[in-house]
Amino acid sequence: MAASNPSVFLLTVNGHIEGANFPEYDNLYCKYCFVYGHDWAPTTGLEEGITQIASKSSQASHRLIWNFPLGTTFKSTNPSGWPQLVVSVYGPDVFGNDVVRGYGATHIPFTPGQHTKTIPMFVPEPTWRLQKFTGWLTGRRPEYTDPKVVAQGEGREVTRVHSQGFVSVSFLIMTKDMKKMDYETGPSGPANKASATSG
Amino acid sequence: MYLFYSLQIQVGKGLPTAEEAFNFFTLNFDPDPPDVIETSSRRRQKQRKTTDEDEEHEDVDEDIQEENETQSEEAPLVQTQEDLFVIDQSPQDFLEIRKAEYVGYQKLLQLQSELLFTPSFRTVPTSIKLPENMKPRYLEDEGLYVGERPPVSLTNENILENRILKMEEKWFGDDGRIIALPNPIKESSTRPPLFHMEEALDPALQTVYRKAVKSKYANLYIAGAADPEGDYQLDVDVSGLIFSHHPLFSREHILGARLAQLYDQYLTRQRNNLTGHLTDKLNGLRNALRNMLESHSGLNPTQCFSKYYRSTRHLRDSEQEKDRTLLKNIVKVWKEIKALREFQKFTNTPYKLYLRRENVDRVSDEQDYEDEILAEVVELEAETEEEYQNKLAEYKKRLEEWKLCRKKQDVSESEGPTDEPPPKPEPPERPDLGSIEQWVREKALRIRRKPGEAILIPELSASANITASELCPRAEKARREDVARRSLFTKILYNDKEVSRTDSRSLNTDFRVHFGQIFNLKIVNCPQSISLQVFEEIGSSCSLLAQVFLPVPEPSVVTGSVPLEEFEFSSNQRVMFDHEGVGSDVPLSFEADGSNKQSLLTSGKVSCCVSWGIGDDDVPLAPPISQQPGGVHSGKGHLDAVSYIGASGLYDMKKIGEWAKQSRLDPNDPKNASIMQLLKVASSGEVTAPEYFRLEHLQEEFNFVTDEELEKSGRFRLLKLRNQEVAEFRNYKFIPALEREVTDTVFQEYEKRLKEGEVIDTKEHLDSHRALVAKYLQKIRESVINRFLLAKHHYLLSDLVTEEEIPTIGILGINLFKLAEPKRPLKPQRKERKKVTAQNLSDGDIKLLVNIIRAYDIPVRRLQSKHLIVPFRAALGFPTRYSTKSNLILLYTSSRVRPFVEVSFQRTVLQTATADGPNPCWNEELQLPFSAPNGDYSTASLQSVKDEVFINIFDEVVHETNDKNRGKSIQTHIEKRWLGSVKIPFSTIYSQSKIEGTFKVNTPAVLLGYSKEKSHFTNSGFDILRSLSEGTFITLFITVDPQLVPGESVREKFDTQEDERLLQASERFERDAAQRYPDRPCITTVIDLSGKTVFITRYIRPLSPPKELLDEFPNNPLEATPLVARFVSLIPSLPDQVSLSATCDLWSTCDQFLTLLAGDEEEHAVLLCNYFLSLGKKAWLIIGTAIPEGPTAYVLTLEQNLYLIWNPSSGQFYGQYDTFCPLQAVGCLVNADNVWFNIQQYTSPMRVSFDITKANLWKPFFSRTFSHPGLSSIQPEELVYRRTDRAAAAELQDRIERILKEKIMEWRPRQPTRWNRYCTTTLKQFLPKLELIRGQDVAEGHRHELQSLLGDYRISGFPLNLVFSEIRPIIEAVYSTGIHSVQASNVEFALAVYVHPYPNNVMSVWIYLASLVLT
Repeated sequence: MAASNPSVFLLTVNGHIEGANFPEYDNLYCKYCFVYGHDWAPTTGLEEGITQIASKSSQASHRLIWNFPLGTTFKSTNPSGWPQLVVSVYGPDVFGNDVVRGYGATHIPFTPGQHTKTIPMFVPEPTWRLQKFTGWLTGRRPEYTDPKVVAQGEGREVTRVHSQGFVSVSFLIMTKDMKKMDYETGPSGPANKASATSG
Repeated sequence: MYLFYSLQIQVGKGLPTAEEAFNFFTLNFDPDPPDVIETSSRRRQKQRKTTDEDEEHEDVDEDIQEENETQSEEAPLVQTQEDLFVIDQSPQDFLEIRKAEYVGYQKLLQLQSELLFTPSFRTVPTSIKLPENMKPRYLEDEGLYVGERPPVSLTNENILENRILKMEEKWFGDDGRIIALPNPIKESSTRPPLFHMEEALDPALQTVYRKAVKSKYANLYIAGAADPEGDYQLDVDVSGLIFSHHPLFSREHILGARLAQLYDQYLTRQRNNLTGHLTDKLNGLRNALRNMLESHSGLNPTQCFSKYYRSTRHLRDSEQEKDRTLLKNIVKVWKEIKALREFQKFTNTPYKLYLRRENVDRVSDEQDYEDEILAEVVELEAETEEEYQNKLAEYKKRLEEWKLCRKKQDVSESEGPTDEPPPKPEPPERPDLGSIEQWVREKALRIRRKPGEAILIPELSASANITASELCPRAEKARREDVARRSLFTKILYNDKEVSRTDSRSLNTDFRVHFGQIFNLKIVNCPQSISLQVFEEIGSSCSLLAQVFLPVPEPSVVTGSVPLEEFEFSSNQRVMFDHEGVGSDVPLSFEADGSNKQSLLTSGKVSCCVSWGIGDDDVPLAPPISQQPGGVHSGKGHLDAVSYIGASGLYDMKKIGEWAKQSRLDPNDPKNASIMQLLKVASSGEVTAPEYFRLEHLQEEFNFVTDEELEKSGRFRLLKLRNQEVAEFRNYKFIPALEREVTDTVFQEYEKRLKEGEVIDTKEHLDSHRALVAKYLQKIRESVINRFLLAKHHYLLSDLVTEEEIPTIGILGINLFKLAEPKRPLKPQRKERKKVTAQNLSDGDIKLLVNIIRAYDIPVRRLQSKHLIVPFRAALGFPTRYSTKSNLILLYTSSRVRPFVEVSFQRTVLQTATADGPNPCWNEELQLPFSAPNGDYSTASLQSVKDEVFINIFDEVVHETNDKNRGKSIQTHIEKRWLGSVKIPFSTIYSQSKIEGTFKVNTPAVLLGYSKEKSHFTNSGFDILRSLSEGTFITLFITVDPQLVPGESVREKFDTQEDERLLQASERFERDAAQRYPDRPCITTVIDLSGKTVFITRYIRPLSPPKELLDEFPNNPLEATPLVARFVSLIPSLPDQVSLSATCDLWSTCDQFLTLLAGDEEEHAVLLCNYFLSLGKKAWLIIGTAIPEGPTAYVLTLEQNLYLIWNPSSGQFYGQYDTFCPLQAVGCLVNADNVWFNIQQYTSPMRVSFDITKANLWKPFFSRTFSHPGLSSIQPEELVYRRTDRAAAAELQDRIERILKEKIMEWRPRQPTRWNRYCTTTLKQFLPKLELIRGQDVAEGHRHELQSLLGDYRISGFPLNLVFSEIRPIIEAVYSTGIHSVQASNVEFALAVYVHPYPNNVMSVWIYLASLVLT
């Protein structure tokens, strides 16, 4: 067990980027990264990753399955800037150009236990309709300068997006020492248990 | 026929074969009459034929069919027999074709007019609006107050009136106008004005800090009500109700109720037995009086005692009278009931009155009676006697007075009548004692039982039989049925909310309802009101009869200890019946003649009680008294001061006031504060609500911790500073979670910086004035940064989303054209690279590319060693040095100079290969890594990079020395000698993204051992031009890879004091310019240091330069011009974006500039221009682009029909046709009166005509249509210069020298550094001369002098002239010359520093560096 007076708390994120539901597109892959505040640092695990390209099955469910594991542990001193998972999905268009199919972000759940999140995805809209056409033609759709933009609130008002598809992610969350640092994250019972197991 | 047609189409489609068709037809038409078959089969045959023949013909066939069809519709129906048959069967029989109905427009209008109503706009005459035969009445004229009507346009009002008239509704007032409430809008605002910006705030609006109270009563909830153990229970016992009157009462019922009421009264009186009490009291008093009289005979009983006695007797008498009348009434009502029962021949009520007679002993009773009367008579007689005596005494006194007065009058008779004589007092009448007895007896007879008469004791019982309904008349039967139909229930309302209700009980014939229910209310809210609502149910409908308010019990009132109380209720509903029921609020009379009418209202009594429940352990489940809602702060919720102090139920303000006076409340007790407040309000007569309201009065509750705690805690402070983006903490990671882990060292640097503002660190700045300036600059910087922090958080779409540009037609055309271009063109053009936003970069990603192409006119070595003497002598011998020298040069051209270029940036040094000759060509690309300070690659951080790129030209000199010790081996020393340098700030490269061009190399004024070679091989015109600008030049191309997006200027609209019209015009002017010539800079408005937009011409104003400068050339002001330019150039340059770390171009005025002693090119240019103007020159500001600065400002002067272009930062001037003029493009010209924009074809100064009078070449801002509004200058009238401080300069000189010497030794850690003191002194003497001639052509003599003095040394050295701003750039410059890197073992150094002070602390620093090697 750790010292009785910890100075950081730990957040372990396990889980999967299970798959996505993009009815119109196929052969997609997904990039993910974590966005977190100043007081956070990953201790182990990958901070960024890119999945394989997945095709839809010909069976009934037209879901894309990536089953891409996430496994990162963060340490932090301050819940402000709680990590967010930013996913962006890319895939070829009609002409084979790699274009973005969606951006999305979600906060890592902060209660220990299993969570499944379905992240609605969106892409920036071209400013002009003509640009939409030329973008379609040239395969250069508008993209965010940085996918991490979707995790921040600042400056979003200048963009226009349209939604397409969903990505589902399952999380298994463990925390350590949160309670000791007087941070309550939800029902007391499970939190205690989880922190005990993680420690 | 239709049928066929459709089938035909099917065939045409080729689906059924002919066979199928045949079958189909035959089957289909089997049951039809044979005629039809015949025709159809015929047709079918025909059809089959066609299908068989050719399927392609079917279209034609179809057409034919169609034709037939149309024909058949239009043509007369009967054509042939055949057709007739078909027609018989056609659907036309079933269809009905009719003409489309058309309603004519006029008719339509008519129809519409029946349905629609269009109110007219016309004013309605008043007569229509008012009822007939009525004249409009104007209340206002009658003197009544009529409020102002809300404004409604006349048209709308007319429309509305017309509409109302149509609807025939009464909406018009007496004056014939629509009834309207007065205009509710007040004329002036009722909010208190808030004008006090600086003054103290209105005390009423002062914010008061109040600590957050954890109030359980914020919502009037009782403490702990949510807890299971702290529940409070209110028991409401609703026992029943009795009607004292009900609409369904019969007459008998009324009388019965009256009887019962009287009997109740009787019983209560009997119980209280007031008469008995008073009689006993009276007897006691009488005895006491008698005793008193006996013991103190002759003494009058005390006045008050007798008075008391009298009043008691009076009371007793009245009580006795009441008893007597009550009894009489009871008997009377009972008699009436009996009479009624007899009259109506049935009995409705069970009342029966018995009068019990209690016989008394007649004799003793009479005796008592007489005694009593006698005693009273005696007493009364005594009283009257006493009264008489009193009156008599009074009379006598008065009579005396009168007599006296009379006498006086007699005496003064002669003087005439003066006063009215007072009337003669009447003597009091002697009371008739006999009548007293009579009066007493009469009274006794009236109020008392007759002596000997039996005492009557009434007893009411409900034992009478009620006549059965069958025996009653019809009306009574109906009444009884009605009664039976009714039932009653009670709702219990707690705080105006229904919480429970009793069962519904039917109304009995005796109009008593028994509920007998106890409701246990578990309460959470504080009790404010408890009430019962009595409902009467008839069938399914129920109506509210009455509401009874019950007082909230005090906490001591608990269940079981309180008796049932009766609460009266009544309702003023009017109810009438057509049966025996008397109804309510209906006049009725019991008298035979119908007089003495009375109307009775429904009324009754509810017997119930409210009390607090008792818990299991006998604890009352009542909230403690201290938890009454009055405990809540007066600011919130309902103020109930009264219940707060426990005096519940007292709501009358006056009473409270009395009570407060009586109970002597301590006004200073804080507990009583609220009631004192309340009383104050009550006594002032009106309740004044506060005249303001506050938003967010709960802000305090939301505070995380107190402000002090927030200040004290290091952790919070860190978090706060980081959030404010303070430079030190902007990227601070891992703020510790615990307070104790925050060390104070974290803040040290920050606090030091804060303190730095106050403490002047002279060490850093070498000069106290500079330190002050640095502090001032820091302040400006902070204010600007604060202003731009907000703007920085404004995003544009391009910041977030990368998107392809819209291809315009032009671009599309070019792209198409490109397809036809050769793959590898002969003259390739640079393609625009992709720009990279700075944020996702890291160390090592950015490289600085420096492409060194060629150089011109590099100085060449003078031959020393063995050939040394010859050229020098020659030079000395001939005054024209070029001609002779050229001969010599031709002699030693072999390897006069072997130059290479070394580029140093951020202490990374790279060099090119060595070339040969004075005009070398390297064409080499050097890549230098770039790292941003603190790894922060944000735009703001990159902009503030102060590093400079030094491009130094060196000469590689190879010495071959014979080492005497080692015999024959030859040692080769490679030595590099500095020839000149170009320095370009990184900020310029960053903002320009590429720099390309030929630059003048800053060569030292004297380069020991080197001389300029003149080309003598060509005689072209180019040579002539070049001779104008003597110097060394280098062609460079510098860029950053990848291309960084330069920071965009702040998108903010600034304050301004300029006229709005002017700003609009300037905006238009700039926009037009940008549209037509996008590459020509055009500035009309700039931002000054305080962040305000200022029109550019306001900066231009003649300002006189320092007097010292002019004094040097008292005769020839023209000579002073270069000196002035030099003075301006000596003021250090500091780009705005470096100093302010934000992309904005701030223009300071000349006095600000001279105080700051740092500024952009614009400030230099403005100052220079102003100086020139004061010198009487024609001068303009050129806004243009130059290398390497990019968009910049130069100064143009007109001298003797020649235009000169001045570079204000270097002090150099160029002719208009100078090839190497750094100014590349001229955008506009500015002087104090106007701005001219260049609308010529070319921008290069060489091809531009500077004749601003020509409107087709220069577009003026102020023209005839928009004349100059007379803008005053923002420059000061006069610049004040501080005297040159020579002592400070000398001190600075020493300090620089010391520091540099230390540094050079530091840079040579492995070799000893020897200083040649002799050489140093020589050099030192030479430096002031250099300053005097401003580093221009140097006397050859100096060199010779030096050489002769130090004959044996191989000397190489040069003077550096620097602008003084800080010590660091000086060290950098010295380091970049590489003079310290001489490796020879016997090297000696010489270093001389000279600081020449100019007015206003402007310093020119000369550093003479030399290395001497003994040969």
